[in-house]
Amino acid sequence: MVGVRTPSAEVAKAASVESAVVAAARASYGRLIALLAARDGDLAASEDALSEAFAAALKVWPTRGIPANPDAWLLTTARNRLINAHRHEAVKARGMDEILRRMDAPSAAQEPIPDKRLALMFVCAHPAIQEDIRTPLMLQTILGLDAGRIASAFLISPTTMGQRLVRAKAKIKAAGIGFKVPDLDALPERLEDVLSAIYAAFGASFDAVAGSDDCNMSLAEEAIFLARVLVSLMPQEPEALGLLALMLYVDARKAARWGPDGAFVPLKDQDATLWERAKIVEAEDLLVRASKLNRLGRFQIEAAIQSIHVQAPITGTTNWAALRSFHELLLTQRPSIGAFVSYAAVLQAMWQGRSALEVLSSLDASDVSTYQPFWVTLAAAHRACGEEEAAARAMERAIGLTENPRVRAFLLGERSALID
Amino acid sequence: MQFMLIMNETEAERSKRDDPATAGAYWGGWSAFIGAMHHAGIVINGDGLEPPHTATTLRIRDGKRVVQDGPFADTKEQLGGYFIIEVPDLDAALDWAAKSPAASAGSIEIRPVMPPPAAIPMD
Repeated sequence: MVGVRTPSAEVAKAASVESAVVAAARASYGRLIALLAARDGDLAASEDALSEAFAAALKVWPTRGIPANPDAWLLTTARNRLINAHRHEAVKARGMDEILRRMDAPSAAQEPIPDKRLALMFVCAHPAIQEDIRTPLMLQTILGLDAGRIASAFLISPTTMGQRLVRAKAKIKAAGIGFKVPDLDALPERLEDVLSAIYAAFGASFDAVAGSDDCNMSLAEEAIFLARVLVSLMPQEPEALGLLALMLYVDARKAARWGPDGAFVPLKDQDATLWERAKIVEAEDLLVRASKLNRLGRFQIEAAIQSIHVQAPITGTTNWAALRSFHELLLTQRPSIGAFVSYAAVLQAMWQGRSALEVLSSLDASDVSTYQPFWVTLAAAHRACGEEEAAARAMERAIGLTENPRVRAFLLGERSALID
Repeated sequence: MQFMLIMNETEAERSKRDDPATAGAYWGGWSAFIGAMHHAGIVINGDGLEPPHTATTLRIRDGKRVVQDGPFADTKEQLGGYFIIEVPDLDAALDWAAKSPAASAGSIEIRPVMPPPAAIPMD
């Protein structure tokens, strides 16, 4: 029986090849797509070609072994697939043989593969692309996430998400959006779009409003990965550093957000020993690096706010005055609804309930009617002013707008305390 | 555009209605959710339903009436109630469905309400 592989050995080998393909996909997907699509801007065709290359890898690698440079193998295979697709459809039928024949040419296999992911990020967040599809586009092209998972995270039907992605890719090709990093004069504004698209994957402005930790964190890891890619490609951009720091601060607290019984724990009651020290240290370093570049921006300010929150358990007291200043600074940079509500939450926590109510009542009712953090903060501000009935009414609205069942249970408890 | 939100609950979730230890949180969550929809002015109609064991099912087969106690099918999740809402599109309907207590304790089917068929000749 020498030389005859047992079935279990076959399976083990197949499994290791499969994991090699999966590893290649995770590490290199965006890199390869960016290179393939940079030629003619056809993202859809590039994705098809790359997924065929991955399928070919699953077929070929088990018998011929995993190539020395898997990325180069995949790139060459996908490129040939693209060329074949362009030449004539008839080749498709014997595409696999064709690919295999061409694959034997070991040319260029050891050359480093250039990283064009930065250009691809700017393409995905281009002003010509509808804002709500920029983040999904980035998640799909850079990370290779499937449309169904993206759709679920954004609460969109999978069919609709698929159609929107297809349309956006068609637009990139048809409009001839260039695969390049914008010129210096356009860079700040375009970078802001890229940063916002990454942050949108992370989930909205949460935790900034204490007690309203009600957001979808299912893509937090992906968002942090995207920010890491951006920071590695633009190490001198303080706002990219700020964004990564911000997300690391928030992510570091995730284990403390839920108690042993699964109940929601608001920031002020969290067990700080459960915070991930390594992430906080990294975030602090990033923030220091950013500040040395001397260009303040929204994400650095928001990261600084988080930094003050994580220092509270160390110093034993929250530096509310500093929090207030940073929130005021944030409002001058970016007067969003979330920023106003966060500011009001800080005022309320500083026993300035009346001022908090003034800030909240200055907001447009139609902007806040379904914005849960507004109602949570309004309830807290009313309570700080001794207006328990109004507080209970606001809390009722907050509960009705809450998606996370554990946060809902927590707020129901808060409301009962108000009524009793 | 009108959608029906079809709320499905597990038996365990539905039985929270009747247990004094859990009824407060159960109804509190639902009434807050319904209140938020009313504040947004999107509710056309909606009701909770009595439990499946109160159902009666009728069929006519080969001209014979068959009346049975209980719901048509036994499933893990049971129809607990429904809402008809008026919102701009499916995205908005999904957004509201996610805020419902049934989203985490069961499931919600979201279906467009069929518009009346075009011009039926009356004579």
